[in-house]
Amino acid sequence: MKVLVPVKRVIDYNVKVRVKADNSGVELANVKMAMNPFDEIAVEQALRLKEASGAEEVVVVSIGPAQNQETIRTALAMGADRGIHIEASHDIEPLAVAKLLKAVVERETPGLVLVGKQAIDDDCNQTGQMLAALLGWAQGTFVSALEVAGDKAKIVREVDGGLEHLEIQMPAIVSVDLRLNEPRYASLPNIMKAKKKPLDSLTVDELGVDINPRLTIVKVEEPAAREAGIKVADVKELVEKLKNEAKVI
Amino acid sequence: MGILVFCDHDNGQFGAATLNAVSAARQIGGDIHLLVAGDTSGTIATEAAAIAGVAKVLVADGAEYAHGLAENLAPLICDLASQYSHILAPATTTGKNIMPRVAALLDVMQISDIIKIDDANTFQRPIYAGNALSTVRSDETTKIITVRSTAFEAALAEGGSATVEKIGNNGDSGLSSYVKSELSSTDRPELTSAPIVISGGRGMQDGANFAMLEKVADKLGAAVGASRAAVDAGFVPNDYQVGQTGKVVAPDLYVAVGISGAIQHLAGMKDSKVIVAINKDDEAPIFQVADFGLVADLFDAVPELEKELG
Ligand SMILES: Cc1cc2nc3c(=O)[nH]c(=O)nc-3n(C[C@H](O)[C@H](O)[C@H](O)COP(=O)(O)OP(=O)(O)OC[C@H]3O[C@@H](n4cnc5c(N)ncnc54)[C@H](O)[C@@H]3O)c2cc1C
Repeated sequence: MKVLVPVKRVIDYNVKVRVKADNSGVELANVKMAMNPFDEIAVEQALRLKEASGAEEVVVVSIGPAQNQETIRTALAMGADRGIHIEASHDIEPLAVAKLLKAVVERETPGLVLVGKQAIDDDCNQTGQMLAALLGWAQGTFVSALEVAGDKAKIVREVDGGLEHLEIQMPAIVSVDLRLNEPRYASLPNIMKAKKKPLDSLTVDELGVDINPRLTIVKVEEPAAREAGIKVADVKELVEKLKNEAKVI
Repeated sequence: MGILVFCDHDNGQFGAATLNAVSAARQIGGDIHLLVAGDTSGTIATEAAAIAGVAKVLVADGAEYAHGLAENLAPLICDLASQYSHILAPATTTGKNIMPRVAALLDVMQISDIIKIDDANTFQRPIYAGNALSTVRSDETTKIITVRSTAFEAALAEGGSATVEKIGNNGDSGLSSYVKSELSSTDRPELTSAPIVISGGRGMQDGANFAMLEKVADKLGAAVGASRAAVDAGFVPNDYQVGQTGKVVAPDLYVAVGISGAIQHLAGMKDSKVIVAINKDDEAPIFQVADFGLVADLFDAVPELEKELG
């Protein structure tokens, strides 16, 4: 079985984002970028499947500007076999991403697509479900345990009330949650090796997908800042303030 | 054209977040229909028909809808879509699972997790863990939307008198099947709608120490939450997690105990009315958003707080 893992390049999760002065978006220039943390978990899971002989090949695909090749190299250094880069501008909506991925799935015919459950930039949480819809495949979302057995997979999903166990038909889209695994770090020798691994480029035109945005961004703003509070001296003062000043208990 | 709201429920009761989605639909304006799909959805349909502001309840009764499987529910919703200008669902794990599948089948770009409605086409939503707010306009013929429940008041659960109409099923896709659930049971209020939440972080050191928070919670009628670090460490189950990728809460009072205040945690609680932080590190970022900060060892402060509450 081949496993396909889409990876997104996003602002590093430790960076405090700044809104652009013209309110058109957030500042991306000279900001530290990294692989979306959920996608790292997806790559890790694909590698574990391969190591347990449940996968023959792990292919990573990234859609975005030329710098996305770095993100692909990171996944290759973790142990993925091959990369595909689809050149596109920064702002590409989940629906268009799902359409491009569908075209890649049709070329590559993977038995499983592992995606992060959401990207920490737009926080949309859509791409995996949309790709499953376009392919007519089963979807396992927000997954914290995965076991593939033949043409079925057993999954555990993190849901609002706790955990949910499902069985899904393969091929399938599985969107991964934080507790599925802890991604490995790439070792130096593997980083060197990754430089020689194959990385193909495709264009949006070759895939024949319309990626024009459907939504118009009217403006992007900073949220209202909370007013600074006070420090209380002890528990007594805290309870007194909550009772008499804030009146919340 | 009207608005269809997807009713999130557990086959016994509809989830509170459905009421917030109905409020969002009322703000958009138009006839509001509620879709209740499930096993035994009859009883829920009766409850749903009483929600203030709902004109009609559509009921699809069938075992294939009992467990919120997106592969079965998305085609059902798509079949109804042409009659509506907007289709809304609460941004619960069920809504987040199903709605993008609906959107893609309809070739529509979804608007996730809206927190404000400017007009019927223009919505505000948080991005970057709430560190920026994006206002987007959609010109799609059907707008597919998930609604962040903390941003909209709950509609009244009583006072409405909607008509109830049964609709046909379109069967089981055969793509996925439900096996079982492991639900955390608690007598405390539900995390996302509780008026008071007390959450513990890595500073709690282990799961047994959460008993201290539970005692305080019981005195205050509060729900208990946690940071990701506390969940990852196995102190408490996953459904306790508050944050960017966990639950979003906005209670009247949020008490963060032994939580440093990473942006991913703040994303889930910074809209709380009053925030209290108890942390032994006076530089912890949580103090930057706290109305009342107490620099103290939680193992002293929490038992004292419980006593002080009488
Ligand atoms: C993609 C992604 C998504 C994430 N999503 C979430 C999310 O949804 N929710 C979330 O919470 N996090 C999330 N995180 C994790 C987040 O970045 C932090 O790692 C996490 O919130 C830290 O949890 P914490 O504050 O409990 O632990 P720490 O940061 O370790 O803080 C522990 C705090 O406890 C204090 N403390 C220790 N002992 C005591 C004591 N005896 N008395 C008083 N205080 C004490 C310390 O001073 C410290 O401030 C996410 C991270 C990533 C990368």
